[in-house]
Amino acid sequence: MQDQILIEMKGVQKWYGGYQALRNVDLTVRKGEKIVVCGPSGSGKSTLIRCINRLEAIQQGSIVVNGHRLDDSIKAIDVVRQDVGMVFQSFNLFPHMTVLQNCTLAPIRARRVSKTEAEAIARKYLERVRIGDQAEKYPAQLSGGQQQRVAIARALCMQPKVMLFDEPTSALDPEMVKEVLDTMIGLANDGMTMICVTHEMGFARQVADRVIFMAEGQIIEEGAPDAFFRNPKHARTRQFLGEILAHH
Amino acid sequence: MGYTLDFSVVWHAMPTLLWGCVGTLALALAGMTLAMMIGVAGVAARDAKAAWLRAFVIGFVEIVRNTPFLVQIFFLFFALPLIGLKLNPTATAIIALGVNGGAYAIEIIRGGVQSIHKGQVEAGYALGLHKGQVFRFIVLKPALRAIYPSLTGQFIMLTLTSSICSAVSAYELTSVAQRIESDTFRSFEVYFSVTFLYLGISWLLMLGFAAISHRFFSYPTR
Repeated sequence: MQDQILIEMKGVQKWYGGYQALRNVDLTVRKGEKIVVCGPSGSGKSTLIRCINRLEAIQQGSIVVNGHRLDDSIKAIDVVRQDVGMVFQSFNLFPHMTVLQNCTLAPIRARRVSKTEAEAIARKYLERVRIGDQAEKYPAQLSGGQQQRVAIARALCMQPKVMLFDEPTSALDPEMVKEVLDTMIGLANDGMTMICVTHEMGFARQVADRVIFMAEGQIIEEGAPDAFFRNPKHARTRQFLGEILAHH
Repeated sequence: MGYTLDFSVVWHAMPTLLWGCVGTLALALAGMTLAMMIGVAGVAARDAKAAWLRAFVIGFVEIVRNTPFLVQIFFLFFALPLIGLKLNPTATAIIALGVNGGAYAIEIIRGGVQSIHKGQVEAGYALGLHKGQVFRFIVLKPALRAIYPSLTGQFIMLTLTSSICSAVSAYELTSVAQRIESDTFRSFEVYFSVTFLYLGISWLLMLGFAAISHRFFSYPTR
């Protein structure tokens, strides 16, 4: 079962008008794999993961998630989104709902889970991201790090098979980065399949099975973190790593 | 010979005038309810897949916002019976106020919806919610909160506009005042008093709006 393919992208091309954001991207993710995607801004790394849950439509190629081919039908999009959780750079918690309500909205409305059950699940995951005691608070009453941990719990409440992270620590004050990364490491250690767009190379070293480097909408290089960091093959990768590791 | 003020007329007619206030409040609240429903439905429809529906909403807003209310209420009052819909003056007034206020509400609420960060919508989609659910559960409340002062201002306007419904002799404060005036010829005294009664009605509504805001929109933001 370890070899079960969860995500398969083949020949994916995406344009924004005349601008090509993804060029012929192939990516296969197996169950339990942790993948870190890095690259300069505008390289298409966010676009890549946003295509997986169809926040962005692609123009060419195919994406299959957990055996379901993603096309334009609402049914296909629904099925895929049930399997894919996402955490955003700007948290995107719903400000008018308590932490608990944030976590139960989708299970109740999209999965038709009862309120009691949804709340039990929510409290379990809030405990797991160590924020169980804040369940009745509103997002604005929490720190950035706490908000991002709630966002992780909220995504987990839908019991996804894959978690996508779109620069989850980029909007955080430095002292809060660690608590979010620790939560993500915990999730990784529990066997969650993860694709994470991040510049946290320490995190990549610690949990990634593969690191992917993107530039100008293409996957330039990928490899196990050890090899990737020790001797990157491409000049473009070396340049990028030189730039981001210089100030770490 | 000067004009001698005589407010005793108003004093005697006070119970009638207060009932007129009740009529105005009832008309206004019913009109606001209808306007709110039209406003929310209109904003949702304005973003619909069907092009004809979007066009209908845009056309509706254009027509209603660019024609006088008096003409609109006459139109409803005299045109609807021609297609077999005979309504009493109060029902006509409620529909006119609701339709008129609804058109303005669509534009105001739409502004609120546009002020919502697109990350909110994306988070909803990513969680597997549908477009309608995202609008209803995620976008609507913060959007209403964002434009609440404009919306309630518009609803005060709607309440004051209800005085025009006296033109079709709906039961409300201005029509009541007109009757008292024509019985007593005390024009100044009657309208002087009515002015303050309208002011009182507006203040009462503002208190109500503040209470609603406190109840529903007081969640903390940063």
